[in-house]
Amino acid sequence: MSTCSVSKGCFVFKPSTKKRRLSDKTAHDFRCTSNDSEDTELRFVTCQSLWNQIKSETEQIQENLNKQLLDNLVSFLSRSHSDFQEKTTDWTCRMKFREIPTAALVLGVNVTDHDLTFRGLSDVLQDNITPYVALLEAKDCPGIKNLMQKLMGQLMKCDIDVDSLEDEDCVQVSQNRIRCSMPSLISWYDSVTKKTNSETPSKKRNSSSRHWQSPPVVVIFKDMESFTTKVLQDFIVISSQHIHELPLVLIFGIATSPMIIHRLLPHSVSSLLCIELFQSLSCKEHLSTIIDKLLLTSQFPFKLGEKVLQVLINIFLYHDFSVQNFIKGFQLCIVEHFYSQPLSVLCCHLADIKKRVYSLSHDQCESIRRLPSFRRYVEKQESGKQIELLTNDSFLKEETEKLLGDLHVYHENYVRILRCLHVFTSSLPKYPLGKQIRELHCACLENRVWETEEYESSLQLARMLNKTDLVTMLQQCVEILMSSSGKEFDRAVEKLKEFLTQFQNLEAEASQERDVSVSPQKELQKKTDLYHLQKTLLELKESRRSKKLTKFEMLRFEVVDYIDSLVRRYLAPADERALHEIVYFNGAAVLRGHLNAAPRTALHTALNSPHWYLKNQALRCDGGGISNKAPDICIVYKLHLECGRLINLVDWLEAFSTVVMAAEEPNADAASSDQVDDVIHARFIRAVSELELLGFIKPSKQKTDHVARLTWGGC
Amino acid sequence: FVKKLENISDNEAQEILEEKNYVAALGICAQGISRGKPDTALTSGDSFSVRVVQFLCKKSFQAFNLKIYALAPDPYLESESEYSASCSEEEDEDEQKEVSAVLSDQKTPAKTKAASTPPPRNSLAKKNKEQKMGNLVEEYFEAHSSSKVLTSDRTLQKLRKRRLDQQTLRDLLKNAPLAYAAEIRNLNQQHESLFSKWMLQLHLGFNIVLYGLGSKRDLLEKFRTSLLQDSVHLVVNGYFPSITVRSILNSITEEVLDHIGTFRSPLDQLEFITKRFKEDSSLELYVLIHNLDSQMLRGERSQQILAQLSSLPSIYLIASIDHINAPLMWDQAKLSLYNWLWYETTTFNPYVEETSYENSLLVQQSGSLALSSLMHVLHSLTLNARGIFRLLAQHQLEKKDNPSYPGLSFQDFYQQCREAFLVNSDLTLRAQLTEFRDHKLIRTKRGADGVEYLLIPVDDSTLTDFLEKEDEDV
Repeated sequence: MSTCSVSKGCFVFKPSTKKRRLSDKTAHDFRCTSNDSEDTELRFVTCQSLWNQIKSETEQIQENLNKQLLDNLVSFLSRSHSDFQEKTTDWTCRMKFREIPTAALVLGVNVTDHDLTFRGLSDVLQDNITPYVALLEAKDCPGIKNLMQKLMGQLMKCDIDVDSLEDEDCVQVSQNRIRCSMPSLISWYDSVTKKTNSETPSKKRNSSSRHWQSPPVVVIFKDMESFTTKVLQDFIVISSQHIHELPLVLIFGIATSPMIIHRLLPHSVSSLLCIELFQSLSCKEHLSTIIDKLLLTSQFPFKLGEKVLQVLINIFLYHDFSVQNFIKGFQLCIVEHFYSQPLSVLCCHLADIKKRVYSLSHDQCESIRRLPSFRRYVEKQESGKQIELLTNDSFLKEETEKLLGDLHVYHENYVRILRCLHVFTSSLPKYPLGKQIRELHCACLENRVWETEEYESSLQLARMLNKTDLVTMLQQCVEILMSSSGKEFDRAVEKLKEFLTQFQNLEAEASQERDVSVSPQKELQKKTDLYHLQKTLLELKESRRSKKLTKFEMLRFEVVDYIDSLVRRYLAPADERALHEIVYFNGAAVLRGHLNAAPRTALHTALNSPHWYLKNQALRCDGGGISNKAPDICIVYKLHLECGRLINLVDWLEAFSTVVMAAEEPNADAASSDQVDDVIHARFIRAVSELELLGFIKPSKQKTDHVARLTWGGC
Repeated sequence: FVKKLENISDNEAQEILEEKNYVAALGICAQGISRGKPDTALTSGDSFSVRVVQFLCKKSFQAFNLKIYALAPDPYLESESEYSASCSEEEDEDEQKEVSAVLSDQKTPAKTKAASTPPPRNSLAKKNKEQKMGNLVEEYFEAHSSSKVLTSDRTLQKLRKRRLDQQTLRDLLKNAPLAYAAEIRNLNQQHESLFSKWMLQLHLGFNIVLYGLGSKRDLLEKFRTSLLQDSVHLVVNGYFPSITVRSILNSITEEVLDHIGTFRSPLDQLEFITKRFKEDSSLELYVLIHNLDSQMLRGERSQQILAQLSSLPSIYLIASIDHINAPLMWDQAKLSLYNWLWYETTTFNPYVEETSYENSLLVQQSGSLALSSLMHVLHSLTLNARGIFRLLAQHQLEKKDNPSYPGLSFQDFYQQCREAFLVNSDLTLRAQLTEFRDHKLIRTKRGADGVEYLLIPVDDSTLTDFLEKEDEDV
């Protein structure tokens, strides 16, 4: 069946039910791409299980991060509710002013992450406070009528959830027929709460264990900024009239700043609200936690290469601030890695490696031998071992297992030392190696960090730290290293502890030091003559340079040197390790192409230099120009670039046909020239309408047979 | 005969005068072109625009010659030879030489003027070349500051080229060989190798959007026929001029979900679809949208609904975009709903289907289509009805020089029709007019004095063509 029609734009294809493909064939797609189909099933399963682990981990992180905020909100809601419950004076006094308790929730600009927060919020509320929670979005509420409709629909639905199913029908009916107004909402609320009160004791106990007697009705405005002012105002004014009958609580989700409430609502309306402000965790902290828990851990076998991580972080920092998108990018990395790297079957937990290595086929062994990092490794071995590695499969497997184990250990150590180094660098002035641990991580992945200038300057700065700082840092380092399970760092811990005791011993000697240093100072104070002052200062400087270092300074040097040695030992970049390709994903270009594409640039490249895509010598042109043999649309595009705001179609057509005729044989005789003209005319029409489709021009009524140009400049 | 000759020479003088004006205008236009030119240009952009100007001179001259030739074939034999001479020179590679040759043949002052124009322009262009790096922004404002537009006044009508209708256009293009077919095939094969990867990523919850120059229709069709044969899928031609979100939703509810009944709003419908897909986990739907950025679908509300639809886990969306500003229609919220993976698929295929609908083509098309539709409707009417329409058309053409012509008043028209024995009562005429109006052949307007005026909303040239055709038929 064709999908071209002049009367219809949608075509549905339904295969007969017998032929319909089963849904669990995703692994099949995984397979039919790679050449060796041996382990694809396993690879796919590994990929999926890894992703599921990571997904649940991120959700856990999100939950933990939001816990504080949600607790605060819950306590706020229960407070506002208790007033209503007890009918205290405070409540009646508020009644006079008809104030609605309101929580303003400042969530930050990462709108895409809000959904998850709100979902968590409404779950928590329904568990702890009230079954009556309505989530409203601006796009559903263009008018007050729609808003009420949506609100009542959601509230009555949760009514069904809570109540037994006996009266479902009547609610169903009423939901469709009911007039959406505040009085009907109130009467509904009354009936519901009364019903709960008069229910059987057992049921009552059940429900009261979770909710109070008359639970508040919570209305959440997800995106306050996008609501129309009118709708919000009307809703607030109307509901404030009924606040004594209906314990309403509003929650505003705010992406920008709390000021927006006052900008959206006039004073007369905002005075009806009793606003309390809540601030959610900033998205940057969220990201740091995610990176900390996903990347800087040996829990997951899969790792990101430096460029890839940089791409993901750049998208986050310069495009959307969205943690969700970061995680999506991470997912894409996993999929890409397992899809494109046949050896990624070995990218699994340490426990499984042995089994998987020994079940490798000969072809897979060959592909291990082809890995650049492995080749480098082989070249470093002595010749006998080289031959073994290249010819003996079982020897290779043993070696592979050992190397993968090494890689795992390397990573574990790497993370510890990275954290230690971060303790030092994060408190230095101007942060030469970055404030965040992710920056340090990127720097270490990129190349040998100890060869960089930034590292040099941060060591310089570290040599000037004062004692108290140094001691606390050392203590932190000790804690970090102690937390590791292996025995790798036992010596390091010992050494650091030794430093700490030495620092303590210094206390006693400190007083003597002071006595020595006083004398030149006094001398300085006696002189008043400028010449003498200068002279003494110079002398002082000389003496300082040659002066023997104090014990503290010596010790400080030692500490810094020791840290430096640790860094050199453990923070070597991953791509120097053998077999790193199996674990690290390095397809930064692919990732950027899929997540952060530039469609406009692609169009311009295709139009300006078609030979980039069409590998033909005729299209290659010197000086960035375009040959007259280029595809029609490229020529037409080039010609249109020469015009101003309006383009005369006739001139354009003739220019086009000149160019095209010059490219073709110019010796056509008079009779056939007419024929050719028609074809060129048709080609021109096609090219012009294609340009219109692409949005470069549009028809103009300003002058007959003119089109207006919509773009300016090269791009 | 002598009188006729005089007439002709008179005409000629007139023409020359016009030519003079025209060439002057052309000079201005050429300057405009070179001034407005941004730094990206053809291999030698400057000399190219010179070439264009020369070519335009030559063309107009040729047309001019042709006219003389057609008017008086016998006494102007030498002019014919002149014409063929210029024709043979056209084959000459060196265009500069050619133009000067043509110019030397002609002694009219207009031509010498034209000859004198290129050299100074050339130097001007060279100067421009030096300032190529001038600020684009400034150029933009310069082009938009003056309300006067410096382009030539030539129109397609003066070109004396018959307008192409849809059918002939198609035929012509079908016969024209596609350039670089092998390379394009290569390019497409590269994209086709990604099909199974697309499937995988669709299943993992991503949606796929294709961008890049060239029609992606064939590619998607190939994807559909090779991989989606055994699954339920929906193809949406976004470029179809009367596509709406509603029709997309309708085809899902009616044909995919077999639901009979209507919905109050698209939002309700979306809710229904969401519910059904969530309830039944075995339901799966692949949606292919050609041109998600088309005129009809690019609106905020449509995109919102499509985004929500695509965010359902068992709906797999794969779409293509072409417009340079297409990504602007999505904000962060929509982007996260769509969950796009971008794929660059530059195909260089011509946009045959996408531009085949009338509204996507430029003016060359609309006239001929209106003519064919006029003919079509009129052929199905009675002889009298055709006569009535002819009367109105002729009257309108007589008054074509009057810009404030309001149309023919109903009373006058009735009178004329009666005189021509076309109608016998104003009731029959009114019935006939209603039929015309239903086919949008005429428009009625009430004047300030309350009189009804009738007008054919078609441009004069089409109307002339129509009358000619009618005459042929009769």
